[in-house]
Amino acid sequence: MPNRSQAGLVAYVNARLLDPASGLDAKGALLINGESIADVGPGLFQGGVPDGIAVVDCLGLCLAPGLVDMRVQLREPGEEHKETLKSAGEAAVAGGITSMVCLPNTDPVIDEVATVEFVARRARKNGLAKVYPYAAATKGLEGKELSEMGFLAEAGALAFTDGTRAIANAQVMRRALSYAATFGALIVQHPEEPSLASGVMNGGELATRLGLTGIPEQAEVIMLERDIRLVEMTGGRYHAAHVSTAAGLEIIAKAKARGLPVTCDTAPPYFALNELEVKDYRTFAKLSPPLRTETNRLAVVQALEDGTIDAIASDHAPQDADSKRQTFALAEFGGAGLETLLPVTLELVHNEHLSLLQALRLVTSGPAGVLGLKAGRLKVGAAADLVLFDPSRAWVVDPTQFRGKSKNSPFDGRPVQGMVVRTVVDGRTVYDRNA
Amino acid sequence: MTEPRYPHRHLLGIQGLGPLEITAILDLADGYVAQNRSDDKRKNLLHGCTVVNLFFENSTRTRTSFELAGKRLGADVINMQTSASSVAKGETLIDTAMTLNAMHLDVLVVRHPDSGAVKLLSTKVNCAVINGGDGSHEHPTQALLDALTIRRRKGRIEGLTVAICGDVLHSRVARSNIYLLNAMGARVRLIGPRTLMPTDIARMGVEVFHDMRKGLEDVDVVMMLRIQNERMSGNFIPSIREYFHFFGLDREKLTRAKPDAVIMHPGPMNRGVEIDSDVADDVERSLIREQVEMGVAVRMACLDLLTRNLANTGAV
Repeated sequence: MPNRSQAGLVAYVNARLLDPASGLDAKGALLINGESIADVGPGLFQGGVPDGIAVVDCLGLCLAPGLVDMRVQLREPGEEHKETLKSAGEAAVAGGITSMVCLPNTDPVIDEVATVEFVARRARKNGLAKVYPYAAATKGLEGKELSEMGFLAEAGALAFTDGTRAIANAQVMRRALSYAATFGALIVQHPEEPSLASGVMNGGELATRLGLTGIPEQAEVIMLERDIRLVEMTGGRYHAAHVSTAAGLEIIAKAKARGLPVTCDTAPPYFALNELEVKDYRTFAKLSPPLRTETNRLAVVQALEDGTIDAIASDHAPQDADSKRQTFALAEFGGAGLETLLPVTLELVHNEHLSLLQALRLVTSGPAGVLGLKAGRLKVGAAADLVLFDPSRAWVVDPTQFRGKSKNSPFDGRPVQGMVVRTVVDGRTVYDRNA
Repeated sequence: MTEPRYPHRHLLGIQGLGPLEITAILDLADGYVAQNRSDDKRKNLLHGCTVVNLFFENSTRTRTSFELAGKRLGADVINMQTSASSVAKGETLIDTAMTLNAMHLDVLVVRHPDSGAVKLLSTKVNCAVINGGDGSHEHPTQALLDALTIRRRKGRIEGLTVAICGDVLHSRVARSNIYLLNAMGARVRLIGPRTLMPTDIARMGVEVFHDMRKGLEDVDVVMMLRIQNERMSGNFIPSIREYFHFFGLDREKLTRAKPDAVIMHPGPMNRGVEIDSDVADDVERSLIREQVEMGVAVRMACLDLLTRNLANTGAV
């Protein structure tokens, strides 16, 4: 199976083509010319592939746009022992992700043009998944002074966020939304009122029994309520990350119904797991926001079905073993997510909540649309960023097999269905399971 | 005497223990009360066994009680007081486990400021582990000694109404007692200001009162909890004097309880904060001194049972 012919033409034949943006779900073929898609469709190469074009037989598997992961924590620069741009890139392509958007909570923080360019340059050199940085909304993520959003946007910052910290001060948030809107830029919020979020797991009966301090659902709800008012006031574009509560989703649904420029995402743990994972003080289940009750999980699934949620992001938060081998109170928050994004998202299909196209939209054209990113489509002229996967192939999540550096998966040991077979970035095969 | 049933390697909490297991421990402890009162206090049951008291929190009472219990049974008891305030305390915890394994202990008694820390340690060491109190989670030997104290005074636990008063939010003693009293068929009431009640605590099978006089109505046992000084700074309650006025146990509030109601406190007491000296020192009503005595007996019973299990599994 040659990867490329001399002419740079590669035909992917005998595929189930899936393009959520256009609604295409049909058997067909796709032609890559160099770095971009030259042709795609059900009728392509029906008479056979002409000589001089390399052929990849997809064996009837699904060929879709590469995944766009809009929330990834990269630890480079600063915490390379947890993850590097290279290890994250390898993990991403093994998970079928061809574009990832990274949070600015590195060390140093991505709040200057030089850091934006550093990350972009380093990632390009690796030639794995493409990396687009968010830049800090406030200098040093301190929630006080606005960052140079204009310069940062010009340098390639995709949107502005304080990462895992909420922009807590209402006046600062008001100005961030307002100032970002000057440049048409988006503010991405970690919606959690910090003064209510000093706990370590979801507040409720289980936290009470375990003797752990709780983070009430209201921490998320209150911040979303406030932010929506500020969006209304400023006209700024607002995206709420990893929404985890029924009441929070209701607020977003209402804001959308009123025509406000509001979008949101969630992450696999919030529709696939609930707070019971914390039982026995399992630190891999210590996430931010915390895993919620089953009622909230079902509400997240419902919001994925009805379109309130625009995207699913991995919320990849790699932590080294020592950061998790702690008592629950001391352990770091976060879970590794790049390599489980697709299979856990496909659970929504296997459980008949979403069609395959709907599920894929949430990890391709959905997030690309929110961020205005030219990615996540099977379209003539678009970059040839593709994932070939078997939607029903079963496997068990084993973090020791992860390509990423950190193994802190909340899905450790989970049986899943859906396996990435090949990932293509700019026409190049960057991951081949059978290689 | 038939072999008491306690088919567990560790004692990490009361949650999960059934009434038969609890009764087995209490029955065994009853025997040790008699022995401790006799001239011949020492037994060589645990001769050659090593018990380590590993305390990451300051404690005099519990540590001394365990130490005495171990020594009365003839074990070699070593106290390790470790500061939990060092930066990498979690790492220390697992490193400590490795160190302890190399020392071939038989029983490890652990107190730690973080909930779940004792459970974590129990998965890393190859000896029996007794939870001497972990964060706000559990303090099982305290609940057992409270139960023994009640049973000896009242003759039973089933059917009694017990009020637990004070800082339930931060209290491991309250949680262990709730599990134990519910398992043994007592009715549990909690009394305290709303800021010191954990979320959804009623789901643990208790009745919650915010008016102490109403809460004490016709109760058989009043258990006071210690309130930590750092909670007094206006975060949870505005002042000591206001707290004492509404939630401190004094003679007047006590009149609401049954005439023969008894008073308990896990110690150390804050006199004039959660309890008035007048009632704390009332020899007719206060069982606080007995609690200390029962503590040693209960801990002897726990050491006895867990080391029997070690023998059964061939771990000794």
